[in-house]
Parts: sequence; C-alpha cells; structure tokens
Amino acid sequence: MSTAVSLSRRRLLQTGGALLIGFVAGPLHRHARAQDAAATVAVDPNAFLRIDADGLVSVLLSHCEMGQGIWTALPMLIAEELECDWSAIRVAHAPVAPAYNHTGWGIQGTGGSSSVLSEFDRYRRVGAMARQLLLQAAAAHFGVAESTCRAKSGRVHAGSRSIGFGELAAAAAKLPAPTEVTLKPRSAWRLLGQPTARLDSPEKTDGTALFGIDAQVEGLSVALLARPPSFGATLKRVDDSAAKAVSGVHSVHRIGEAVAVVAAHFWAARQGRDALLLEWDESAGSELTSTELWQRYRELAGSAGATVVSEGDADAALSEPEGLLQADYEVPYLAHAAMEPLNCTVRIDDSGCDVWTGTQFQTLDQAAVAKLTGLPVAKVRIHTLFLGGGFGRRANPASDFIAQAVQVAQVAKRPVKLIWTREDDMRGGYYRPMFLHRLRARLDDVGQPAAFSDVIVGQSILRGTAFAAMVRDGIDHSSVEGVSDSPYLAAIPKRHVSMHSPELGVPVLWWRSVGHTHTAFAMECFIDEMAAKAGQDPLLYRRELLGQAKAERMLGVLDRVASEFGWDRALPEGRGKGLAVHHSFGSYVAQAAEVSVRGRRVQVHRVHCAIDCGIYINPLTIEAQVQSAIAFGLSAALHQALELREGRVAQSNFHDFPCLRMDEMPQVHVHLVDSGQPPGGVGEPATPTIAPAVANAVFHATGKRLRSLPLRA
Amino acid sequence: MKIKVNGREHEVDATPDMPLLWVLRDLLGMTGTKYGCGIAQCGACTIHLNGAPTRSCSIPAAAAAGAEITTIEGINGPVAEAVRTAWIDQDVVQCGYCQSGQIMSAVALLRENAAPTDAEIDGAMRGNLCRCGTYQRIRGAIHAAAGQLDSSSEAS
Repeated sequence: MSTAVSLSRRRLLQTGGALLIGFVAGPLHRHARAQDAAATVAVDPNAFLRIDADGLVSVLLSHCEMGQGIWTALPMLIAEELECDWSAIRVAHAPVAPAYNHTGWGIQGTGGSSSVLSEFDRYRRVGAMARQLLLQAAAAHFGVAESTCRAKSGRVHAGSRSIGFGELAAAAAKLPAPTEVTLKPRSAWRLLGQPTARLDSPEKTDGTALFGIDAQVEGLSVALLARPPSFGATLKRVDDSAAKAVSGVHSVHRIGEAVAVVAAHFWAARQGRDALLLEWDESAGSELTSTELWQRYRELAGSAGATVVSEGDADAALSEPEGLLQADYEVPYLAHAAMEPLNCTVRIDDSGCDVWTGTQFQTLDQAAVAKLTGLPVAKVRIHTLFLGGGFGRRANPASDFIAQAVQVAQVAKRPVKLIWTREDDMRGGYYRPMFLHRLRARLDDVGQPAAFSDVIVGQSILRGTAFAAMVRDGIDHSSVEGVSDSPYLAAIPKRHVSMHSPELGVPVLWWRSVGHTHTAFAMECFIDEMAAKAGQDPLLYRRELLGQAKAERMLGVLDRVASEFGWDRALPEGRGKGLAVHHSFGSYVAQAAEVSVRGRRVQVHRVHCAIDCGIYINPLTIEAQVQSAIAFGLSAALHQALELREGRVAQSNFHDFPCLRMDEMPQVHVHLVDSGQPPGGVGEPATPTIAPAVANAVFHATGKRLRSLPLRA
Repeated sequence: MKIKVNGREHEVDATPDMPLLWVLRDLLGMTGTKYGCGIAQCGACTIHLNGAPTRSCSIPAAAAAGAEITTIEGINGPVAEAVRTAWIDQDVVQCGYCQSGQIMSAVALLRENAAPTDAEIDGAMRGNLCRCGTYQRIRGAIHAAAGQLDSSSEAS
C-alpha cells in the first residue's frame, strides 16, 4: 500500500548548485572537527538532506547518536526512497532548531527508544521528495516523459541513458517543491529491513570520532567542580589559597554550593581541586541512608497509595492471609555510568554562546543556556558531538552538566571545558530511583490468579521538572509503566495497583528503560512465583494467562523464545532456566536465560531473546541493541547498587560500582519476530526482561527466590 | 620532558606525576585515547608502552619518558589492520567511546597469541569495560582477525 503524504509545508532552497531539502548549511565532512563547527554558517532551520554537485548525499540527524545506531538507521530511511548510492551518504548531527523537533515530543531530543518511530515517515518523505525532483530534472534534461525515468543507485536512468544525482542537483533545486509524495510499500523496500553495516565504524575504530570530551576550542581551559559531598550540603567556608598556588591553575570561583577550579589542563584542575580546603554543612542529607529509606518504603507499602488501576474488590479478596502469596521486590539507586563521563565545553563571546557536548535534550539545553546568559535562544548554539553513552543521563530536564559549564565560563570569562571525573559522575545524582513493589495475589482452585495487587513505592522522575504536567492525579506513569499496562492484568478479575512517591533530596532520572527496569523485575518474578505456587511450568502458566488476555504479540515472542532456547530440553547438570516476557516502548520482548550458581555468584551462560519491534529497519542494529540492553541489564542484575549513607553516596568508581565485563558476557541469541505492526523501540525494550529471567533461572537452579537487585544467591 | 609518541618525539611541559593520558589528550591534543575512570579500572585509556598494553591514566609522564608510546592514532601493521577491519566487518562499535582501548588491547593480545581461545580473549579483554555491551561482537571480531592473519600468513 502506498502512502500519499502532504508536503505543503516543505520548501526548497537553492544554493551553490546543491539540491537541498529545506536547508542551507556549510559543507559536511565525515571528520568535521568541533572547531570547524564553531565557524558557524547560517542555518535555515529546515534541513535534513543535501545533495551536492559531486553526488555526495548529506543527511542531518535530528536525533543524537549514542550507540543505538541511528547514524545508520535514519539515513537508511532517506536512502530507501531517494535511491541514492549508499556509499555517497555523509552524516552529521543537526544543529538545534525547531525543524528538528521530535515529531511526537515538540522538542528536539532523543530517548524513549523513539528515534525511528519519530522519523519513520519524515525521513522517508524527505528522500522521496528529493527523488521526485531529481526525476523531474532528469526528464527535462533528456527531453523525455518523467514516467520513463527511473532512479537507481544515485543515477536517473532513461532508456539507455543515465545521469548522476550530483549533475542533476542544481537543476532539481530550481524546481517547485512537490506538495505530495508517494512512499514505497514495505514489499518494495530494498535497503530497509536489510542488515546494514554502521556508518560510524571507521571513525570509531581509528580514534578520530569526536565525543563531547574531545571538543577543542581556541584558548580552552579545563574546569573541575568541587560539588557538595552529600545531597543538600551547603558550603560554609572556602580556602582556595593552596589551590590557586597549583601550577597551571588559572582561577577558582565559588558558584552556588560548588567551587570551580579553572586550569590549563585536566591534571592541573584536578590537583587544584584536591588542594581546596572546603567546609560543608551536611545536615540536610542526614536522613538519607539507604537502610533507613528501605524501612520507610516498607512502611509506606503497608497501605495503598494513589490508585493507578482498580478493578473489582481486590482488597477484600486479598485480606485473608491464609493461602495468600505476598512478596516485596526491591531495586536500588543506580548511576548510568556511561563510559564517557559527563562534560561540556562552552564559549561565550559577542556572537553568542556555543556549547559542544553530547546531549539528548538540545531544546531544553538551549533554553537553559539562554536563561543563564540572558541571550536570545537563537544565539545559543548547541553542537552535538557523539555521545559516549547516554542511557538517559544526558537527557536531563535540568540540563545540569550544561548549565554548570555555562556558569563556569561566565565567571572564568574564557572558553571552558567542564569535565566530571568518574567519581563526580557517579556521585552527582540523577539516578534510577530505588523502588519497592509489594505484591499480593490469591490463586483460584486451578492456580490462576483471582486477585492481584501491587503497591509501588519510589520517587517520581517527572515531578518538579519541565515534564511535571505529565503527572496526572498524582500518577507519574514512569513509576508504574509495565505494571499499570501489563497485559497480564486483563486475565486477572480483581486487581489493584497504587503508588507512593516519597519526596527526597536525591535527584532521579530515567535510566535505560525507566520504570520498566523495576516493574518487569517485580511482575515477571511474581508471575513465576504464582506458577510455582500453582505447581505449573513457568512457560505454560504464562501462555495460559496471556492467552486469556489475548496478548498475541506477547505470546508470539514467548513461543518463539521457548522454541529457540529449547525450553523442553534437559539442561546440563547444575544449570537452571528462567523466562521473562514484557512489553515496553512499543515492542515485545521475551527472554530465556540459562544460569548456574557458585557460592553467592550467579553466572549467566546463554540468553535467547525474541523481539517483536514491529516493522524494523536494520536487523544488525537490533541484534546489537538487544545484546547491549542485556549487558546493561545484567550489570544491574548482578552487580550494581548505589548506597546512601547520611546523604553521601558510598560508591565512587568502577571498583565498587562494577559493570559487566567480557568474561561475564553470555552468548546472546537474538530472534526477530516480524509482526508487521508499526515500528516500536529497540534500544531499551530488551533491558527489563534480563533481571527477572535470570532471577527465575536462579530459582529453578536452587529453589531460592531472589527478590532484590543485585542478585545474591 | 621529552616523550615519544607514535614514533615522534615531543617536548612537553608536564610535571613528572601528570598521568600520560592527560599528556596525550591535553598537551598533545591526541584525543583518541579516552578518559573513563582514572584508576585503571575501565581500560578506555589503553595505549602501548614498549608494545605492552598499559592504562595511560595510571602511568606518570616521568615513567613514560624514554619509552615507545603507541596510541590508537598511530597503531599500524598487519595485526592492527586486521583488527580494525574485523571491527568494521563485525559491526562491533556502538557509542564507540571505549573502542580505542578495546582495539589497543586486542592488537596486543593478537601479537602475543595468534589464535586465542574464548577464555584467553576474556582474560586479555576483561580489563576493558564497555557499557554498550559490545563484548560478544568483540570476541567474534578477535577470532575473525586471528583467522584473517592466519590465512594471510599462509598465503605469503
């Protein structure tokens, strides 16, 4: 089926013989250095594609590349319709401008596993529009009817004659923009859906890829910030005399409750910061101790919170303790710990403010910088460089790492690169909040759940941010997603879900797969507990419930993973198997894990994952993202917890906040289930299922039910 | 202080205790070597010091003076080429931040051991963290590079 789309708001711009789909920008180079980007050109905020006379096809990304592969997937969307030569593609991050707003969010940003979803139509339209113009230009050039022209591999063919896109670009740019284009049906795709090698591999294997931390600007200083040692701490006294005496230190500045040391390079800044004598008032954080917070959360869970789901009288059905299944599931605070520590480079001059960084939230960052500097938004230029991992940390509604760098540059009166040490990054807040789920269920006489309730306790991510309006009736959906919309609920006659959102002085944020990081763990382990209580096989039990709920796509991935894993086959001695299935970000994922337990240590040997992400773009990326999501989820499942002691974070670096290492990586087998449904997310949906799959496998291997993360057998 | 990087001598204004990582990044502008942890826990800063994989964040400039330092920008030869090719062919990278260090470790491994087993790869590479979890493809790429080097040495 072809799709006709309106392009009435699109326009063409003509410049220097290049065909542009709505933009004017400087030349794009694969290895454009950050300092070149500083030589800013006038950017028409309407730019996605440019075809130059030499045939190069430049694609501007409205979203940022942080490993998830959109540097390749979004150009594929354009190339499919454009019929260009794939090797002619060049890619760059777009500047910040309204034209690049996420099509569903109204701001420019990357997250929620939604880049392909956001751009699926828009980027294909851009490609189709350019192709149509090139065909028109070729028809005129050859003096033939347009219907006799075909675009293929960067050339337009008319009978035995052909001409390159580059040669047509100037003429095509003079044509009026089409008001409507027809997109190819999926059955006609040649590139989309095919395993396609990443376009950013060459520069990421020879050291030339530029991340935020690599930004170079004339006259640049490096700054480190001494931040409060505990949440809410205030600065009582500063003695910076020794710091100022450190060779290479340019200046020291108090900025609110922090002290900036500005120096010639990182090492001088580091030594200068170490030499600061700071006295703090830490009384504000004295109540923030993890063990005490857990106590408080357990007390809160004793009564229902704000109602999220209520069907039937679940409470009455669950009041009698006899035969009741009840369990608490707990997950700790987590740092994102991206490999590239947070950083931001800022230059303020007469022309405005330039910011070089890896960010997921350009529009909000730009507004934050404008507010701090008093500059009009148009004079704040955000130059997005590669992100050395994002995982949500670089999508901060408070723009913390950007705002701080701007503040330092303002007082230092020179271009500054603010670098967070690993310790700063880990202790600086904005964590996946700790969460507790108190789950209760009563099974009927055939073992099916007749009543179910979950009381969810944890800080709201959205409250107090620019997204606070999304909190409705006291419900932050990101705290309960995965339980509130669980497909299982439809199969349970009486059900109740409620939540408490305690307000604490610990900044929290979305962490790869957000609420699903804890809801899938609680839900999928508890379903396993129900199956065990009912004396039924975990696969058959889920199948029965999901069948009753008519959750076809859940069943599709569950059945696929069961057959690929070999659920019915015997395991080697000492091994256990576990399942989990979950729906998030528009996609459906089932995982089966095989584990063994030695002492308290859980080893994961192999994982099968079936994913139904609807219409898919690049299977090679999907496989990589599933492996990635599983590794990320396993780090949390097996190792990670941030612990608070009187407002201080006990952990500081990778030695006490361990990440999965090479020797712990299981063999991950990825199976794509093609449902043909609209595109769902890929970057996050395989994260939530690994912890419960592994915990359930530990139960199968040992008979021991592990209900808190990280798992300790 | 004189420091020799990728075959070239540089005069740098570094204190003896300044970690080599910051000499490379901040004094020489060679940003391919990455800062990840500063305490030799993540491997993002891996370089070769007289051919041995070394965490440049934890070696003082004074200890590196006089040594042959090789960084991602300068690593070459058949093993490095095979590794880079395998990395691209196997679509290893994701965010890419740790990959300079991964490649430096992998090249050092293959120069010592032409046909490493999975366990040997795990042992040699476990000091290099990757938060994107590219481990499985790294393993595959090291095997592929080993295979390619083996077949090219047979051919010659």
